[in-house]
Amino acid sequence: MKLLYFAWVKTKTGRAEEEVSPPAGVATVGELLTWLEGRGPEFADALSDREAIRVAVNQSFAKPGDPVGPNDEVALFPPVTGG
Amino acid sequence: MIRVQEQDFDVGTELAKLTAGNTAIGGLAVFVGLVRDMAGGAGISAMTLEHYPAMTEKMLAGIEAEAQARWPLEATLIIHRHGRLEPGDRIVMVAAASAHREAAFEACQFLMDWLKTKAPFWKLEETEQGPQWVDARASDDAAAARWVKQDPDAAE
Repeated sequence: MKLLYFAWVKTKTGRAEEEVSPPAGVATVGELLTWLEGRGPEFADALSDREAIRVAVNQSFAKPGDPVGPNDEVALFPPVTGG
Repeated sequence: MIRVQEQDFDVGTELAKLTAGNTAIGGLAVFVGLVRDMAGGAGISAMTLEHYPAMTEKMLAGIEAEAQARWPLEATLIIHRHGRLEPGDRIVMVAAASAHREAAFEACQFLMDWLKTKAPFWKLEETEQGPQWVDARASDDAAAARWVKQDPDAAE
């Protein structure tokens, strides 16, 4: 699974993108976030306010119950501020 | 038409190109967004717009298609810049052309309102206190929600 981070989520996690292999029990966006939180203090900090985190799976906005799989591109970022 | 680019654009040239040869167009509405020099009382010397290129293209195309489906439009244009911009610089341009003004005005506003809450851009402002990521505004969500019949991307 490819993970991408943008804006302050990138700043806090200290990375822009990475390949990860979550355990088999991680099948939804919400489960992925919970698993990521346990990877280290920088992730726990970045993801501490779930309301402030938006997730896109394969470039489309996703909700906590939406499925994620090994071949997906998953992006984590704050609410958008363009325009 | 959608363009995401680092370089500036000329509003007059873009509008002329958009309407060239289409005499069914009777109304053309345009919005241009500029970088301000203030944010919440703090001065800004510049800002950097970051984006998620693959998703930006997909979301802007989707927003444009939605506008075309909702209003009888002859032409639409979205140009959004990224990279480092200074106060006074153009950030974004949206235009909608139709036979009559009502569809053009409404579609132009719709395109901006949805772009604000769906297109994956983030502003990093250079302030006197150092660089600061801009927070999303609840008023932008409210503006986008005006157009919602059913919005599959709305946050839960």
